[in-house]
Amino acid sequence: MLKDITIGQYFPGETIIHRLDPRIKISIIVMFITSLFFVNRFFPYIFIVAFILIAISLSKVPIKFIIKGLRPLMFIILITFLINVFMTKGEVIFTLGPLSVTKEGLSQATFMALRLVFLVTGTSLLTLTTSPISLTDGIEELLKPFKRIGLPSHELAMMMTIALRFIPTLLEETDKIMKAQMARGADFESGNIIKRAKNLVPLLVPLFVNAFRRADELAIAMEARCYRGGEGRTRLNELKLDKKDIGIFASMALFFLFILSTRFI
Amino acid sequence: MNDIMIEMKDVVFEYKSYIEDEILVAVNKVNLTVKKGEFLVILGHNGSGKSTLAKMMNGLLIPTDGDVNVMGINTKDEEKIWDIRQKAGMVFQNPDNQIVATIVEEDVAFGPENQGIPQDEIRKRVDDALEIVEMSAYKKHAPHLLSGGQKQRVAIAGILAMNPDCIIFDEPTSMLDPSGRTEVLQTIKKLNQEQGKTIILITHYMDEAVQGERVVVMSKGEIKLEGSPKGVFKKVDKIKELGLDVPQVTELAYELQKSGININEDILTIEELLNVL
Amino acid sequence: MIIKIDNLNYVYNANTPFEKKALDNINLEVEKGEFIGLIGHTGSGKSTLVQHLNGLIRVQSGSLYIDGFDISKKETKLKKIRQKVGLVFQYPEYQLFEETIYKDIAFGPRNLGLNEDEIKARVIEAMDIVGLDYETLKERSPFELSGGQKRRVAIAGVVAMKPKVLVLDEPTAGLDPNGRDEILAEVFDLFKKGGITVVLVSHNMEDIAKIVSRILVMDKGKIVMDGLPRDIFKRRQELEDIGLGIPQITKFMQEYKARGHDINSDILTVEEAKEELIRYLRGNENA
Repeated sequence: MLKDITIGQYFPGETIIHRLDPRIKISIIVMFITSLFFVNRFFPYIFIVAFILIAISLSKVPIKFIIKGLRPLMFIILITFLINVFMTKGEVIFTLGPLSVTKEGLSQATFMALRLVFLVTGTSLLTLTTSPISLTDGIEELLKPFKRIGLPSHELAMMMTIALRFIPTLLEETDKIMKAQMARGADFESGNIIKRAKNLVPLLVPLFVNAFRRADELAIAMEARCYRGGEGRTRLNELKLDKKDIGIFASMALFFLFILSTRFI
Repeated sequence: MNDIMIEMKDVVFEYKSYIEDEILVAVNKVNLTVKKGEFLVILGHNGSGKSTLAKMMNGLLIPTDGDVNVMGINTKDEEKIWDIRQKAGMVFQNPDNQIVATIVEEDVAFGPENQGIPQDEIRKRVDDALEIVEMSAYKKHAPHLLSGGQKQRVAIAGILAMNPDCIIFDEPTSMLDPSGRTEVLQTIKKLNQEQGKTIILITHYMDEAVQGERVVVMSKGEIKLEGSPKGVFKKVDKIKELGLDVPQVTELAYELQKSGININEDILTIEELLNVL
Repeated sequence: MIIKIDNLNYVYNANTPFEKKALDNINLEVEKGEFIGLIGHTGSGKSTLVQHLNGLIRVQSGSLYIDGFDISKKETKLKKIRQKVGLVFQYPEYQLFEETIYKDIAFGPRNLGLNEDEIKARVIEAMDIVGLDYETLKERSPFELSGGQKRRVAIAGVVAMKPKVLVLDEPTAGLDPNGRDEILAEVFDLFKKGGITVVLVSHNMEDIAKIVSRILVMDKGKIVMDGLPRDIFKRRQELEDIGLGIPQITKFMQEYKARGHDINSDILTVEEAKEELIRYLRGNENA
């Protein structure tokens, strides 16, 4: 199941979307999310859908991949849909016992569900086309101006990089410890929720102990490699904006400005 | 004077035990000089103090008594600690816990980035380092998909990219399978012979120790034996007493000698024993 | 027969681009009381095979009987199988989790549903087998011990379940020569007491040569050799072709013989080599 989550997974490629500067990509996604929450009717969704479809086809990420990324979130989307369907008052279409479905509810529910689908598609498109390392570089660069007010942008980015680096290692370790404890008769699959939580102790304790040990060793290794914070560091791959990046950013900014303006038409 | 890489004078390292409230001595009055270009092996069982000794060679640990000088710089000189770490790089036991980045070349660049090397120069160093450890083909790969031996070679490249004069290997093969061990050992030998790096290899495997020019055997925080591999391993009983192995053929030669069969040479390899018998 | 495997196959990530055949038509019979050495390089399928033995990996195709129970059948209770086959993973010390050594070793027996007296008896026995002193250590935290001691606790945790088959995956990895010899000796002592079948997975031929009664060599998901250590080590070239070696002492004796000396090269230990050479060399002197 953990393997199904596409958020945070990178789909390598050499397309225009992949090559776009991560700072631009992150900014566009921020504008995209803002407009999603700003839009209050169906009509501007046409542009959003067009934007998503064009971006996907340019990125050459198979649609299958994106749909797979939606799957783990289906539950949340469904709940959102149901709450909206039953909780919105208005013109009743039909009733199911104590619950009634209204026309407004149906439209509101569809609207909200679509918003979530777009949100997930957009953000997973960002992580699918941007390697974790350039993603963190992008975030670090974008947060740099906030350093003055005490935001540790370099440290945050470093933590993200290390977290990403160790996710596969820890997943593998989880699997191994789980098997080892199962070989000693541990049961992770049955019982009620309290019992199950208790049964996780033999898994979680070693996992934490090992993670601390790893952290300790990693810190020593980083020190041996002269790591002393962000001050005076250079980079192998410095981010550079070219004309194309700026052009794309400008046109996207205009595009989302237009979508935002639909609220006032 | 100028051909000395690392000099340790009456070095002591004490630490406080977490379990019982007592002071333990990990390294006790060690004197050791490592020459530039040398391939030195420090052999010892677990808990013999060999890793503590290694960590004092680049200022990761500071001796509680005595002095460690790396190319003439005392490791107690806090202002020069980064110079020391640049000159004496260190590769650790667990390859997983020393790789920082999610892409091989980014990880190799980590050291020089920390040193503030200009971008063009980093690129060159990363490419060269990966070439030397024969991992250029994996430049863009994710480290977690590599084999143990490959990961360890990436870690070595990460140290090489810092342009050190000396590399300390702290049990670099103990978590690897036989093919990984061979890969790493070959890389280490190559660094010594072709790149002229001073090598200090910490290990408890005798088959690795025989590769060195000089072997120092540690136990209980002290140097118990020192000399060429042949000179050290011919003391079969002493080595065994220290909880270590000797090559099977060395042991055989020793046993035959004891039984009155005349073998007047020190034996380390199959070839040597074949020629004597 | 304690283990019987017929036509066992296993494919990872079936029907994806990452498809990988881990086990390729494995057939194997192991009798009670055998001491098996399982050898192969990383990725040869050893781990996959071993994890099948106690149902951690479910059979995809073929059949697998442990002590008469068919574990390929869905209805077979895995708990029963895990009681029969104890599996000690590589670096088992990283799975310790309890506050005290006693509790950690008791974890397995407790999961078997045993009563407190029986659990205690088993912890005492298991600690004795791996050479840990019960009285001084039972209340200590496993995290305070040295690496080698921690590993003993972890092995005791499996031994205390009294499995009929004990599988150890690289139990000496990362240990120094002393630690390695001690653990192997403890495993061998346990084996000699009888009633147990041991499968020792290892890369190290010299370790294996000293103690096992039968060697299985795996390569690319297949068992490519199966026989007595002496016979297996005669196939040096084949072993080297798949990235494995033979003990240095055996290699020496083979090469010595190849130089025209009339000796028996069926040698596994330094002791044997010494006796054979003394016999041969003395014989020459007298002649």
